[in-house]
Amino acid sequence: MLSKRIIPCLDVKNGKVVKGVNFIGLKEVGDPVELAKEYYKQGADELVFLDITATHEHRDTMVEVVKQVASQIYIPFTVGGGIKTIEDIKKILRAGADKISLNSAAVKNPELIQEGAKMFGNQCIVLAVDGRKREDGSGWNVVIHGGRIDTGLDALDWIKKGVELGAGEILLTSMDADGTKQGFDIEFCKAVRDIVEVPVIASGGCGSLEHFAEVFEKEAADAALAASLFHYGELTVGDVHKYLKERGIEVRSC
Amino acid sequence: MIGIIDYGMGNLHSVFNAVKKYDENCIISSDVQESEACDKLVLPGVGAFPDCMENLHNTKLFEPIKKWVLEDKKPILGICLGMQAMFESSEEKGFTLGFGFLKGKVIRMKEEGLRIPHIGWNQLEVNTEHPRAFLIEQKPYVYYVHSYYAHDYDPEDCIGYSYYGKSIIVPGLFNKDNIYASQFHPEKSGEDGLRILEYFIKEA
Repeated sequence: MLSKRIIPCLDVKNGKVVKGVNFIGLKEVGDPVELAKEYYKQGADELVFLDITATHEHRDTMVEVVKQVASQIYIPFTVGGGIKTIEDIKKILRAGADKISLNSAAVKNPELIQEGAKMFGNQCIVLAVDGRKREDGSGWNVVIHGGRIDTGLDALDWIKKGVELGAGEILLTSMDADGTKQGFDIEFCKAVRDIVEVPVIASGGCGSLEHFAEVFEKEAADAALAASLFHYGELTVGDVHKYLKERGIEVRSC
Repeated sequence: MIGIIDYGMGNLHSVFNAVKKYDENCIISSDVQESEACDKLVLPGVGAFPDCMENLHNTKLFEPIKKWVLEDKKPILGICLGMQAMFESSEEKGFTLGFGFLKGKVIRMKEEGLRIPHIGWNQLEVNTEHPRAFLIEQKPYVYYVHSYYAHDYDPEDCIGYSYYGKSIIVPGLFNKDNIYASQFHPEKSGEDGLRILEYFIKEA
């Protein structure tokens, strides 16, 4: 049977991983390549790199990081952050990434999804959506720029459209759950998973092993993403796989 | 020397990176003569089947590959869409003929409530009768991304398969004589996938 995926996410700024990391035995803790190799060894099913570099000059640093990662790990990995044009997509894929995640840029220019999917295949285009529940509770709005701007777009409408345009997966971050460590936003994930056939990757809010189990047992996601939980060494991917397996959830063993 | 065939169907760099681990001299090539100088070929590919075959014809690679496989009997490995091209035909977006190296046709996955595409890690079951069964004897999980799958194939050709949904059996790995084909991505399936690539590169 198809297994549920566990995906560590690394935020990279100017070629270095930000957020603390304390793996024992890593040569340089902030080195994304070393960290990627560590997660690969732990049995990560996939990796996501989010480039949060603010300035344009440092963009090429990310391309270098991607090149090095690609020659050392043999699982799928996605790169997102700051990708605005087909040229940007091409550059990152050429460097060896398997998928590109589009967030704000896709909201501003939905054709980017279509063009990217047409040129590289739907499986290459991950639509990243950050959503926040509307105050009246009637649904979720798409927010961009790290949650600072509410677009007023209904998240479910936007996701439906994104999939029609060719997005092959949805990386869904709940801004309500993000950072709380209280668990994934089951309601939001489920609402999205009910309206699309493509896989949904749940992100935001994971603070424990139990939270991984919950999002899968409630059939709210196909994959779960976490960052700090792994970076701070609180859990390894191996721990999560083992726990889920004991709970009867299909995961990869390697 | 391994030649990875570039015929305009998607991202070849992952395949290149993995093959390079075992063959430092491997090349990506869209040139017939260059490909003919290789000992073994890898045919990767993502996208739609009709575009795949059209590109193989337009780049004038179709006939040389056919000759390479059927007359020269040199080893070839098709990956994902490249695997599908080895079969007789596909029903994706109409009806298109493939190379026909392997018996069988490629059809769409259909099942009520089934999530399509089939994306992610799935476990391989082994056809223990196959002489290459040892390649996957530990029943590894491998990484798939596809919506169509081979059907009506010769069971003797299939080394391993995965279960999806309630009723679908997805054949994952084939070998018949000099022809190797994998629906999943060995270059993205961790150490277990690399083992299959290594075998093809060193032993096939």
